[in-house]
Amino acid sequence: MSHIARIENLHAGYGRAEVLFGIDMRVRRGAVTTLIGRNGMGKSTTIRCLMGLLTPREGTIEIAGNAMNGAPPYKVAQAGLGLVPEGRQVFPSLSVVENLRATARQRADGWTVERIFEAFPRLAERKGNYGFQLSGGEQQMLAIGRALMTNPELLVLDEATEGLAPLIRAEIWSMLDRLKQTGLSILLVDKNLEELARISDQHYVIEKGRIVWSGDAAAFSANRELVESFLHL
Amino acid sequence: MDRGLVIGGVIFAFLLAMPVLLPIVGAEYLTGLLIKAMLLAIAAISLDLIIGHGGMVSLGHAAFIGVGAYTTAIGLQSGIEEIFVLLAITLGATGAIALVTGILALRTSGVYFLMITLAFGQMIYFTLTSLAAYGGDDGLTLWSLATLFGSDIVQDGRGLFFFVFAALLLTWIGVWRVSQSRFGRVLRAARDNPQRAEVMGYPVARYQLIAYVIAACIAGVSGLLLVQYAEFVSPSIAAWQRSGDLIVAIVLGGLGSRNGALLGAFFIVIMEEFLSSFLHEWRLIYGPLLVLLVLFAKGGLNDLLQPTSREAS
Repeated sequence: MSHIARIENLHAGYGRAEVLFGIDMRVRRGAVTTLIGRNGMGKSTTIRCLMGLLTPREGTIEIAGNAMNGAPPYKVAQAGLGLVPEGRQVFPSLSVVENLRATARQRADGWTVERIFEAFPRLAERKGNYGFQLSGGEQQMLAIGRALMTNPELLVLDEATEGLAPLIRAEIWSMLDRLKQTGLSILLVDKNLEELARISDQHYVIEKGRIVWSGDAAAFSANRELVESFLHL
Repeated sequence: MDRGLVIGGVIFAFLLAMPVLLPIVGAEYLTGLLIKAMLLAIAAISLDLIIGHGGMVSLGHAAFIGVGAYTTAIGLQSGIEEIFVLLAITLGATGAIALVTGILALRTSGVYFLMITLAFGQMIYFTLTSLAAYGGDDGLTLWSLATLFGSDIVQDGRGLFFFVFAALLLTWIGVWRVSQSRFGRVLRAARDNPQRAEVMGYPVARYQLIAYVIAACIAGVSGLLLVQYAEFVSPSIAAWQRSGDLIVAIVLGGLGSRNGALLGAFFIVIMEEFLSSFLHEWRLIYGPLLVLLVLFAKGGLNDLLQPTSREAS
């Protein structure tokens, strides 16, 4: 199976408002895929559908070859998806260690609290603190660590570097580089085109609920101006 | 060493010494007061599992005390006297009712959960008042009590004290261990953000239902022991105001802490006894005292004794 996730003709919305109009996407195993677009274009709605948080009106979502349309979020997660949500959303009244252990799924060669602390030494220093006592950057590291502790086959990051200090952002991009090297499949939603161009293998640009451009890293570099025009950057 | 464990250890050591110390100081009559406090503490600790750790505020918890009490009373009336047989029946009855009401109640959250548990609690309360064969509104005086392997050792005095003490100790240890296990961590994660816990791969509703049933079963046990202590049962023990008392106990003691429910329950029973002994309108003092405690000790009595409890270990 060359694709870990496949989205076909995805239609979704909220109430009477239609947000997605037939999204088609493939997320290749072992590759970094990006979903790029301005605010309000449907990026987060696509992620919500993928994670089972929103039931699609039409279309197909497959994870590791299994149809997941309408499956509850916990089944989607058990199928191998780990989400780092927009706004971090760490559990505020759980300590750093508890956040990591609360929803962990053990695997023989998988992620452990010790490995997360090696990857993010700053979290090790704050391991006794509660989620609400962490800075924004630390919360983001914890959110990534928490998702990794579920030992996902596909890590989904929704605006993972949004609103963070440059140094923290650099640390997170460096972590993503290392994760890519381990062969982990990653789906990134972000606006930092420089970093996305460097790290990603496949790109999708979304506008008004439709994929308006897609291509690999080479095509992305060759069509940078076109992509930026969609983003109005 | 964990300060919460030390405080809990001191409380239990103090309780264990009471049957020896009270006769020496001529205050044996206080044994009953301590049994009452321990029974309230058992029910409060069970409620703290779902409120403090699970974030599910229930106004129907006392109904499970009522179910446990009436199951025991009806069992005794029917000639079943062995306490462990009564315990098994009580656990079965409260567990089954909690399972059914929990499946329905947990389809809601927040204030709607509060209202639906209140509704179920009132349904149970009015069912108990309608049991004419068992005293209806007036309640039922029991002429025989439970025995322990045929012995009447658990029927009054020290024997009952130690039996209730053992039940409280087991509840205190058991609920804390559950709350610190992975099950408890998922429960607390779901309290903070149920959707996020679900996205991490855990069927939140199932975890909450299990916690709800465990809490109901423990409340049922406190009902069983209450019957054994009071030798009487009436629907008033299942009234929603009793659930309110339990919520006051755990908020006062400190939500979701190791000793909060224990401290809150003892504080309430002792203050009621102390204040009502010299003032008829004792609630005029008790009310403002509660307000002051809630305002100035936001983590409850537990935080006054253990001010560092907000730093996780």
